[in-house]
Amino acid sequence: MGKTFTEKILALKSGKKSVIAGEIVTVSPDIVLSHDNTAAISKKFKQMGVKKVKHPEKIVISLDHCVPAATEKYAANHKEIREFVQEQKIENFYDINTGVCHQILPEKGHVLPGTLILGADSHTTTYGAFGAFSTGIGRSEVASIWATDEIWLKVPETIKINIEGTITSGVYPKDIILHIIGNLGADGVLYKAVEFGGKVVREMSISGRMTLCNMAVEMGAKNGYMQPDEKTIEWLSSRTNKKYRVIKSDSDAKFEKIINYDISRLDPQIACPHTVDNVKPVSEVIGTKIDQVLIGTCTNGRIEDLKIASEILKGKRISNKVRLLIFPASMEIYAEAMELGIFQELVKSGAVIMNPGCGPCLGAHEGILAPGEVCLSTANRNFKGRMGCKEAEVYLASPATVAASSLYGEITDVRRNLK
Amino acid sequence: MTIKGKVWKYGDDVNTDVIFPGKYTYTITDPNEMAQHALEDLDPKFAQKVKKDDVIIAGENFGCGSSREQAATCLKYAGVGAVIAKSFSRIFFRNAINQALPAIECREAVDNITSWEVVSINFEKGEISCNKGVFGFSPLPEEILGIFNDGGLIPHVKKILKIKD
Repeated sequence: MGKTFTEKILALKSGKKSVIAGEIVTVSPDIVLSHDNTAAISKKFKQMGVKKVKHPEKIVISLDHCVPAATEKYAANHKEIREFVQEQKIENFYDINTGVCHQILPEKGHVLPGTLILGADSHTTTYGAFGAFSTGIGRSEVASIWATDEIWLKVPETIKINIEGTITSGVYPKDIILHIIGNLGADGVLYKAVEFGGKVVREMSISGRMTLCNMAVEMGAKNGYMQPDEKTIEWLSSRTNKKYRVIKSDSDAKFEKIINYDISRLDPQIACPHTVDNVKPVSEVIGTKIDQVLIGTCTNGRIEDLKIASEILKGKRISNKVRLLIFPASMEIYAEAMELGIFQELVKSGAVIMNPGCGPCLGAHEGILAPGEVCLSTANRNFKGRMGCKEAEVYLASPATVAASSLYGEITDVRRNLK
Repeated sequence: MTIKGKVWKYGDDVNTDVIFPGKYTYTITDPNEMAQHALEDLDPKFAQKVKKDDVIIAGENFGCGSSREQAATCLKYAGVGAVIAKSFSRIFFRNAINQALPAIECREAVDNITSWEVVSINFEKGEISCNKGVFGFSPLPEEILGIFNDGGLIPHVKKILKIKD
């Protein structure tokens, strides 16, 4: 019987010949990520009485969750992190002018196929888009890996999700993943590895693949994975010259389940308050009034997302009832958007261009909602209180749906604005 | 060890944002202060009224969402003796072990226990006793039990590294 990608990589990283689902293994990760939570992690690290991190070269730290600092407390937090980085001689440190960790890691060449990446952030699942095994862990666990270079993981069963059919105008990778999450539920693949495949995934851009793997955690997945192909290899070749080995599931691998989707007739999808799996076709929520719209973050802040938005908004003005915030996922994307004139178009339409980072996605700053307000966002979560106010509501959609809706001040079917 | 406490019962998919809001994640560092915001956006009365060893009962996927460890820490420091759920989100489950907060998977117990009743949990026997009877649960695997028994991951690693020295 063949092995899945996840079984193969967890065997490799635990130094075993083979492992089976359900087994608990001790692995040594290739990369360990933390962000603004690094100050708290460094305190835990010091509590253990350890002086030096074991492998500074495996550590990547990016400041993104509240940048630049919104208050004195956030500022002190960032200061502590910069001091820790210096003290421990951590080279892979990305300060507030770089972007969201999940965009930065691939951009800066830290993500390679066949590597194991753990991060103190639930959306660490994103790197499966490049054929890595990546998942979120807690703060104490990061501190413990810094000290010991190891951690236990349970080998999950794998569920294969095949996405077939032909993507139609107005439908984007975000609609596909929202549809799947809505269909399977917030615990639909709880604790399982997910391998995405099928024609639609093969034809999808790297950016779209990242959106899918980013949100795999919203249906409970431990990790998301896509088999690397020419597109992956080409993308990586411009980012790194490090060597890597692609690991794939065997052709006779044992999947716990195979789920097939045909998205040929899919409508644009909306996740409604207050759970990510409360997904409806746009027709059921058309006309819902919105106060703020957000395009960006680690889910949908890449150049193709911004391009789609600017094409929809070009030459038009957003509703005067709406505030449109743009959060590019990284400074590289920010610079490219400037060069391509995307920002000029967006600003002319009434957008506010924000700095790369998480923005208000987790309720820290830069666009917190007031009681009774509604936000339509391209981010990945809409839990109660998520954008800083528990009496506000957050809907999630694709950048295209969000851009089109900003023109009318209400949730809109983007196909109305496409020729 | 046996604990006895009053039940606070909630539904499915209790997420980390309602357990410990994101707006506090970098501003509150003292675990006792974290405890004052436990379940703030789900049940505003909880943090003031919870007593030592009270038990949270919940449905599927408890702790889904963010990796924030404070979701487990705030419950631990609020005095919660255990969380019994039909299933847990994986990062929350790990965080609970690492904070030595008992996270028990037991469907039958969740279905049979009602709000405000008093239940007792015997960890050695793996038994939950409630008004409707006694329900068993599996202990943690041996590889992981050590972390829990040492009072969480940080004291556990501290102990292990000292042994190695």
